[in-house]
Amino acid sequence: MNHGGKRTGAGRPKGTGKYGSATKAVRLPTELAAQILELLHTPSEPGNLQVTEIIRPDRCTTQELPLYESPVAGGVHSPAEEYVEGRLDLNKYLIKHPAATFFVRVSGESMTGAGIHPGDLLIVDRAVEAAHGKVVIAVINGELTVKRLHRVGDSLCLMPENSAYPVLNILESMNFEVWGVVTHSIHGV
Amino acid sequence: MASNAPVYALVDCNNFYVSCERLFNPRLEGKPVIVLSNNDGCAVARSNEAKAPGIGMGTPLFKIRDLVEQHQVQVLPSNYTLYGDLSQRVMETLGQHTDNLEVYSIDEAFLDFGSVQGDLNNQGKHIRQMVKQWTGIPVSVGISTTKTLAKLANRLAKKQAGGVLDLTDSERLEEALSCTRVEDIWNIGSRSAQFLKAHDIITALALRDSNERWIRQKLKLTGHRAVLELRGICCYPLVTKIPPKKSICVSRSFGHPITEPNELREAVATYTSRAAEKLRRQQLVTEKITVFMQTNRYREDLPQHQGSFTLPLPVATNSTLELLPIALIIVEALYRPGHEYKKAGVILSQLIPANTIQLNLFYHPPQDQDDRLMKELDTINREYGTGTLHLGATGLNPTWQMKAGKRSPRYSTCWEELPEV
Repeated sequence: MNHGGKRTGAGRPKGTGKYGSATKAVRLPTELAAQILELLHTPSEPGNLQVTEIIRPDRCTTQELPLYESPVAGGVHSPAEEYVEGRLDLNKYLIKHPAATFFVRVSGESMTGAGIHPGDLLIVDRAVEAAHGKVVIAVINGELTVKRLHRVGDSLCLMPENSAYPVLNILESMNFEVWGVVTHSIHGV
Repeated sequence: MASNAPVYALVDCNNFYVSCERLFNPRLEGKPVIVLSNNDGCAVARSNEAKAPGIGMGTPLFKIRDLVEQHQVQVLPSNYTLYGDLSQRVMETLGQHTDNLEVYSIDEAFLDFGSVQGDLNNQGKHIRQMVKQWTGIPVSVGISTTKTLAKLANRLAKKQAGGVLDLTDSERLEEALSCTRVEDIWNIGSRSAQFLKAHDIITALALRDSNERWIRQKLKLTGHRAVLELRGICCYPLVTKIPPKKSICVSRSFGHPITEPNELREAVATYTSRAAEKLRRQQLVTEKITVFMQTNRYREDLPQHQGSFTLPLPVATNSTLELLPIALIIVEALYRPGHEYKKAGVILSQLIPANTIQLNLFYHPPQDQDDRLMKELDTINREYGTGTLHLGATGLNPTWQMKAGKRSPRYSTCWEELPEV
């Protein structure tokens, strides 16, 4: 058995790093390093941005931001401390009925007019009563879909908010059910 | 009826695992669906459409292949992450109605209905409607004066359109008892039921009116309590605090029959590691370890062996390093060459809190060292997935593991697997 030296097969295979191709160490003047790194991280085609990694947050944690009555804070003993009003918890703001709330990912474009785009995350609260004008997740013939619910007289229809998509009139023969009411759409910018 | 008499409601999810799958895959609605257990491929949940042609609870898939094909039954592997999350949601929704709630199993809870004002049946309907709307899971509600009667009411409620049955009224109770067979009563096992039937006690009504002393003599305390509960005398009050676990069992069927002692050792080592990990997560230690192994009892043409052996541990422990050698000694002792083993398992029993270990005069395990090592092991496996770091004894390329089919996405707990619209 030989000791030390090169071990074949050791380390990460070439070309599988974050740049997707083989890399090489180079010396740069310190003042240029930052700029070059920035350049490297700017995508060449702006339309070609892709999701490369999804981090799964821990559901037991909360991310709270302090809410001050006055934006001014300073000095050793912050005079603002007395004015802390509580913290902002997005979970509390977005989710009223945790047991009844589900997340749904948007894939279609039929609701872009309502600000609901492919890739957006919808917060769906099943405890909220469906009503005329609400954006709902509906089951229609075994498929889940997101549309605006309209009641016209005695009949119901599902309205897309994109002129390229047709209005769906709900017929008695259809297998129709409101699955839940969309309360928020989370859209990354 | 006195207003302060106890009243219990049993809320039971209908065909729970199937209902969970249907919630996110509505195309399964109205179709025959079964869900298979991960360890041995048995039907552990059946939709009503699958029950109709006679697929029994717990039947192994190979026995019903023809029925499955003939009725185009959808066969799904189980997705316990999804079922666990929906179970919690159902229980949380029930918690909106009362704090006095006993979560009895993944899909059942007893509720204290003693303080319900107004019509019990209406309250049952209200709960049923709310659980369905909030969580999408259909439930049935059985209401009566004891848990045994509530359970009996629930069984009958499942067959009714409304899904709710209140049996606090004595006339309806009599009728219900007369159309329930003894084997369908809570806590009456199949052997007791056989004994009762041999003595001409066929219905719950007959059991209620039987001689309680004779029953106590023949069927002991459990049988006696069943009689009393059928008479409306409460023997099982609501248990709202979860008692600590008494034992931990990890067992699986193998992907293919095992004849080699090496593979058997690897499997038992894997199950021991998993059981020890569960033990540590609950901060418990065990005083006893049992290992069992079984051949396929359906293959009557092959030599049969069902072996099981228990050993006490010198000092109560939760260290995989302490448990493993002992588990492997048992494997050595039980294993019989020439047998095709189908399943093996490890049971850790006599569990006590980790901080109450009684030391042994003659044996001092390297506890601190083990503790630190196990802590690192658990942290790494939690972060990077079960089995990332494991002991060599569990094998590097196990071929004996059951290949589970592709489960449905974890729709309600995993960002990457959300339903799409």
